[in-house]
Amino acid sequence: MSASLSDRPTPPAGRSPLDAIVWPAAVGLASGVLVLLVALPIAGLLLTSSPGALLRALGDPMVGPALAVTASTTTVSLALIVACGTPLAWLLARSRTRAARVVETLVHLPVVLPPAVAGVALLLAFGRRGLLGPPLASLGVGLPFSRAAVVLAQAFVAAPFYVQAAIAAFRRLDPDLVLVARTLGASRPRVFFTVAVPISWPALGAGAALSWARALGEFGATLLFAGNLTGRTQTLPLAIYTALESDLRAAQSLSIVMVAVAFAVLVAVRAGSRP
Amino acid sequence: MSAAGLDVEIRGRFGALAVDLALRAARAPVVIAGPNGAGKTTLLMAILGAEAPEHGHVTLDGVPLLDRARGIDVPVERRRIGYLPQRYTLFPHLAVLDNVAYGVPAGRRAERRQRAVETLGALGLASLAARRPAKLSGGEAQRVALARALASEPRALLLDEPLAALDASVRREVRRFIAARVRALAIPTLVVTHDRADAEAFGGEVVVIERGTVAQRGSLAALAASPATEFVRLFVDRSTDG
Repeated sequence: MSASLSDRPTPPAGRSPLDAIVWPAAVGLASGVLVLLVALPIAGLLLTSSPGALLRALGDPMVGPALAVTASTTTVSLALIVACGTPLAWLLARSRTRAARVVETLVHLPVVLPPAVAGVALLLAFGRRGLLGPPLASLGVGLPFSRAAVVLAQAFVAAPFYVQAAIAAFRRLDPDLVLVARTLGASRPRVFFTVAVPISWPALGAGAALSWARALGEFGATLLFAGNLTGRTQTLPLAIYTALESDLRAAQSLSIVMVAVAFAVLVAVRAGSRP
Repeated sequence: MSAAGLDVEIRGRFGALAVDLALRAARAPVVIAGPNGAGKTTLLMAILGAEAPEHGHVTLDGVPLLDRARGIDVPVERRRIGYLPQRYTLFPHLAVLDNVAYGVPAGRRAERRQRAVETLGALGLASLAARRPAKLSGGEAQRVALARALASEPRALLLDEPLAALDASVRREVRRFIAARVRALAIPTLVVTHDRADAEAFGGEVVVIERGTVAQRGSLAALAASPATEFVRLFVDRSTDG
């Protein structure tokens, strides 16, 4: 081509077949596949049994204890995550040191760690022959296969979701706001509790909801570290797993309960994270 | 060494900038001018206690707030120095009244709110008391921020380009408002600005800082008569809105 660079070709009058048909079709097909992949199993859960049968299945003797274990352990693990994670996030958000970045990466690690690995790691830390096993044993504490183990497993896998959200929220806080509060006579704790936390509250709430949902769904690490003991360490996901072997309807009913809870969390997070 | 007023001397590296600054402020406001990155904010941060220089001291009315040689470094919240930054820094989750009450020293909640009501009233801002900061205009926000700083009964005041974020149309009015209050207060006050009009409104000495050190100081008239640097010449020539 001998045309100079300034000689732009005139654009064609109509759109090419690629623009008009192939591309929209490809985007539509790809999108449809993924939406169906998510929607079909949910539809399967909701549509393959009568409401009556599902309600009757909720009377299964496994359901009550699993609900109770789940409610108590996720409450405790979330409290632990918020109580320790909020100050940690404040520290990490305000520190510019290398050590802080290393800790931040470490705390996020469970997000990408397979839950089974988390279970093995927890056993090797707190198990009878783990790092802290002998000192814990000498205190008469046996963590594995206890309700405390369920809480530890949940906190391990769910904490990053809250800490990540809290760090992001605290980083968005104008440093001048913190400084002004201190010039007005507020101590560091007072600034934290009366300025940083209240201003970041919507994002902290959204992070807590996500974190709780993750704790609620915890399965692999709990199974390995805390076992599957009805009324003791058997949470809803483990009850679903157990129910599958005997009564599919019970597994289905519990699953629908969890879908409803998950959906509620999602709606709450969306509402809370709106500015 | 005179006892009254603010006496500052800081030396050391802050990031890439080597700072060597000394200045005093008594009862009249001192205007600080200088290019971006010259060390103006560093100076304010050192006085507030948010940054610690390697060497130097900050003394307020004879009381050492910072003295590297003697190992004194009073925390920010006990220095009693009011700070009004350029960006709006009202606490967004608190109504105007609670913003102003936040810094009132000691007293029960009701007493602190009463004091806040009085301060807002004295500044002609009583009608804003119940509003949320998001519902204020920029000019109102900076007036309330000044009220909040004053309600904390500061012994010195640092204003960091307090008008820079405002529209030109309201800047003149807010400037008059702040300058009048600050002069009436008669406590050591530093006003950082890029605007010659601020220097005129606040009066007093102008200190020009360049590359971490004082390039020239004196009255606006003296600076205009013989500017020592290009920046000083531009500063005395220029005003954003007269």
